[in-house]
Amino acid sequence: MWQHVLTIFIASALINNFVFSRYLGLCIFFGVTKRMETAVGMSFTFTAVMLVEAVLNWVIYTYIMIPYNLGFLKIVIFIGVVAAFVQAADTIMKKVAPALYYKLGIYLALIVTNCIILAVPLLNADENYSLFESMALAVGSGLGFSMALIIMASIREKLELADVPKSFQGLPISFVLTGLIALAFLGFSGMITL
Amino acid sequence: MYEQLMNVLMQVLSRAVSIFANKLVPLVGAEGPVDATGIVPTSTVYLTLIVLAGLGIVFGVALAIVASRFVVKVDPKVEQVRETLPGANCGACGFAGCMGYAEAVVGNPDVAVSMCAPGKSAVAEKIAVITGKKAEKVDPKIARVFCQGGTSLSQRKFIYTGVQDCTAAVLAAGGDKSCEYGCLGYATCMRACPFDAITMSADNLPLINPDKCTACGKCVAACPKQVIELAKFSKAVVISCHSRDKGVDVKKKCQVGCIACGICVRTCPVDAIKIDNNLARIDHDKCIVCGLCVKKCPTSAIKDYMSVRPKAYIDPAKCAGIDVCAKVCPVNAISGDIRAVHVVNQEKCIGCRMCESRCPKKAITMVEIHATAAEKKSKAQEPVAV
Repeated sequence: MWQHVLTIFIASALINNFVFSRYLGLCIFFGVTKRMETAVGMSFTFTAVMLVEAVLNWVIYTYIMIPYNLGFLKIVIFIGVVAAFVQAADTIMKKVAPALYYKLGIYLALIVTNCIILAVPLLNADENYSLFESMALAVGSGLGFSMALIIMASIREKLELADVPKSFQGLPISFVLTGLIALAFLGFSGMITL
Repeated sequence: MYEQLMNVLMQVLSRAVSIFANKLVPLVGAEGPVDATGIVPTSTVYLTLIVLAGLGIVFGVALAIVASRFVVKVDPKVEQVRETLPGANCGACGFAGCMGYAEAVVGNPDVAVSMCAPGKSAVAEKIAVITGKKAEKVDPKIARVFCQGGTSLSQRKFIYTGVQDCTAAVLAAGGDKSCEYGCLGYATCMRACPFDAITMSADNLPLINPDKCTACGKCVAACPKQVIELAKFSKAVVISCHSRDKGVDVKKKCQVGCIACGICVRTCPVDAIKIDNNLARIDHDKCIVCGLCVKKCPTSAIKDYMSVRPKAYIDPAKCAGIDVCAKVCPVNAISGDIRAVHVVNQEKCIGCRMCESRCPKKAITMVEIHATAAEKKSKAQEPVAV
């Protein structure tokens, strides 16, 4: 069982990397990678939120939705859970750790509507993962996304100094770069078959 | 009361259930193949409603508890300041939105009250009252157009029929205007202005409405010819030309360009004007906005944005007839015998304030003569030319 958990973790971080293999979460990916500081902040917040909401959604899915045959409400309920949790986290953080709130608070609002956040519990539900497998998928995806953000941010900071043709400046060259990194990530595919 | 309410609720519920329950509905998206249909049992509909409502109530109560347990006391001043601010979230203050500035100006003693550009001095004064900080005198800025050579006054190199936009026109050999420093007149700045402060005159020059301009700088960035600059609103005398061509060439290309003749340099009573690279420039720190150079400029390249200039008035009770004022007046508007009361010829006076500062008896005051009601009306109808 633990072997399967580890497999899910590595697969979600590298092989099925959300940005480079599944092309999800591109909005935040391009939005916060202009500077390394924001990319790192987003990575932390994202992974933490993802872990907690995966657990919450797993509990609700396993103990409420499956017994009562309400699987078709997945999307509505999962989004609701994320929104409520993020709002609560926002309020609590503002009181308990104001310094952290001012550093990471702005990312929380962005996270609510992110597609990776929704994709993780949906995948968990579709694959009927156990609690630990769900957590592995969440942490793996979070780390994979963090890695994508940090790689991209470090390249884009260097890119500021590069002589990019005018029509390619900004987003276009970032898309080209993302494509190149995605090609590199293609090398992981087939390493583990789930 | 409660029974009635419950009755109504149950009716609404049963109506809602009857819409979905026990009917053949497509099951796409819910556990079935694409063309699957099935009957939704009543219990599922009820469960759905109960679970969704239950989760909603749980989340609502949880959030309410969290909000009351972890309430952060916000300084009421922050809210007051935020209400005072225009709320455009333009970021001209350098903070993240109006709320960011409100928090900073209340919390940080080093943040000035005058940083809101769209709010100008009125908002700064209100913030000063709320926060108890000193309101420094705000000298608001405004966008100034450094070109007066509209279509009728300037020459064209060729006829441009491409995209009607300055950034496009400038790609065609720097634009169709003979003067390479001048305004092309395709209204790129007008479209860039978020406050609708720019209109195009009949002569294809941008007119800036001083009431609407907030000096946000969007037009400055949009102009491919760098014709628009931000300048202090109080420094109303501006050399409206950017041409660094030699005088002869300027004359060929434009009737209102600066030909660097140097008359303004010699006229200026405070030595604020210098000629640099075939272009006269005013040092606005020295300039006293007397308006003498405006009158003397042979090509009318210097523009006076002050709509009404005050006139000097000598208080006969204070005047000792020292004659300093008459000597200092650049337009000889003051007359009177020595040791007798002097008089200002209101027709001649240009409101330069030279005499006011020189009178040892402080007998001279500047009186603003407001435009008559009829004049104001006619001015209000057309956009204010600045």
